[in-house]
Amino acid sequence: MLREVAVVGLGCTGCRPTTPGLSYKEIMFEAATRAFEDAGVDPRCDIDNFITCAEDYWEGFSIFDEFVPDQLGAVLRQLFTVTADGLFGLATAYMLIRTGEFDTVAVEAHSKASDILTFADIVAFALDPIFNRPLGGHPFYIAGLEMNRYLHETGASREACAHVVAKNRKNALSNAYAAHGANITVEDVLESEQLFYPLSRLDISPLADGCMVLVLASDKVAGKLTDTPIWVRGVGWNSDTPWLETRDWGRSVDTELAAKMAYKVAGIRNPQKEIDLAEIDDRFSYKELQNLEALQLCRRGEAGKLTEEGATERDGSIPINPSGGLLGVGYTLEASGLQKALEIVLQLRGEAGKRQVPDAETGLAQVWRGIPTASGAVAILSNRSRGAT
Amino acid sequence: MSAKIKKYAGERIKTADLRAGKVPVVRWRPKVRYAWSTGIAMSRFLKELKNGKIIARKCHKCNRIVVPPRMYCEMCFRPTDEWVYVKDSGIINTYSISYLAADATRTDKPTVVAVIEIDGASKGIGIVHIIGEAKPKDVTFGMKVKAVWKPPKERTGAITDIKYFKPVEV
Ligand SMILES: [Zn+2]
Repeated sequence: MLREVAVVGLGCTGCRPTTPGLSYKEIMFEAATRAFEDAGVDPRCDIDNFITCAEDYWEGFSIFDEFVPDQLGAVLRQLFTVTADGLFGLATAYMLIRTGEFDTVAVEAHSKASDILTFADIVAFALDPIFNRPLGGHPFYIAGLEMNRYLHETGASREACAHVVAKNRKNALSNAYAAHGANITVEDVLESEQLFYPLSRLDISPLADGCMVLVLASDKVAGKLTDTPIWVRGVGWNSDTPWLETRDWGRSVDTELAAKMAYKVAGIRNPQKEIDLAEIDDRFSYKELQNLEALQLCRRGEAGKLTEEGATERDGSIPINPSGGLLGVGYTLEASGLQKALEIVLQLRGEAGKRQVPDAETGLAQVWRGIPTASGAVAILSNRSRGAT
Repeated sequence: MSAKIKKYAGERIKTADLRAGKVPVVRWRPKVRYAWSTGIAMSRFLKELKNGKIIARKCHKCNRIVVPPRMYCEMCFRPTDEWVYVKDSGIINTYSISYLAADATRTDKPTVVAVIEIDGASKGIGIVHIIGEAKPKDVTFGMKVKAVWKPPKERTGAITDIKYFKPVEV
């Protein structure tokens, strides 16, 4: 019988557009101390393994792995880096614990995006050097290509995308850790400067700094650490081809497959019925619609209409991104997925304050690794253990 | 070869072909620039270097005085408690004599790099710097050294505000 795995602690700094007064190490220390206090553990003896999720080019260091033990309490202890979004780190922690060799694992991811002076150039550096990079231009045109084809194939409206922005920025106003809460209208979005047709400035998640840490534990110790363990019921991940030339631009196939994997692990047969709320990738407004469909939370071509009808509002039938999502909280690089998982944990604990979604039992977190990737991960969390349902 | 695939694409390339530029490559120079926030600990440390001083942080739990300073003790995993000035002298813990420059070309004048345990900091804690005004063959373990600072006007708040450490007569 494989062990069950629960999130037993969380900590985050507030997300802020810029944090010039603190180093990335000091931000990590802040989030880590909060998470260990929340879990009631001493990282110097109680954590069996630490996972940090970081990409060298975001940090500006080669082999950034070496710079993380001190501020996580991981000196002379077990630590490794997953070069991917924090949700991949959470999936790795889940697997480590299920082996039976580890009882407690801490996962960290952060963004110090404000330290990066040439963000667009670094994203462009991720493009194919022979076929794509020489064409030049800001690489976010890739989002324009995907949005255009998605709207074309599904008939979702430009206005529905703008709706996503207005909803998420508004949700973020009730979230103390969000950087970009705002009262903006659908018209504001439509009238904002056009950048990568059909994408406008307000359709794009603004960057933010911040750090998230989650502590996971086996069922053997979770009950001793907390009265509100949030069980990881399933994880999934997937990658499509890097060829921009041959990708399916109308849908996110990697998200569809990552979701299928996570649902299978979690034993979920009817996601629309069994998922109560979700934090999904909304790096660009249309992604929320495309991902809703990829996650089978609605039928293909329905996401735009549902959004315009208000179904994805916090008090709607399927609340999406109650935290404010990446549009409202801010795009925190590799911490984006961990922010989504952290919000689901808060919601399922009933600790989401003003933005609490009532009576939620099972939630989903999903993230995309961003331009130019076609990689993503999904985690399903529940306040009911497998045995209880 | 694998069991299923008997021949993979590709052919043997001769050095002459490489030298003649017959093997195509794509060159790219990335534009990657950063401005790291030095934060609380590092900014104070750099500011003090500009004043010709070395500052450390003390942890009241393990009583270690650590330099360069950090706002948390990595051994106790708690915030450090106070600023402590340490001396600009110390002893050599270990050293190496480097005959290559950063671009791997051989230099006529070797550089002595050392880990210097700073006086006033806890045992085994110090900074990495260059040893000057000493013949490489004379450098040794436990040698007492002292910082040679740039003139105040030339200091920028950087580790190079100390030009090097030189041996002190005992
Ligand atoms: Zn200490």
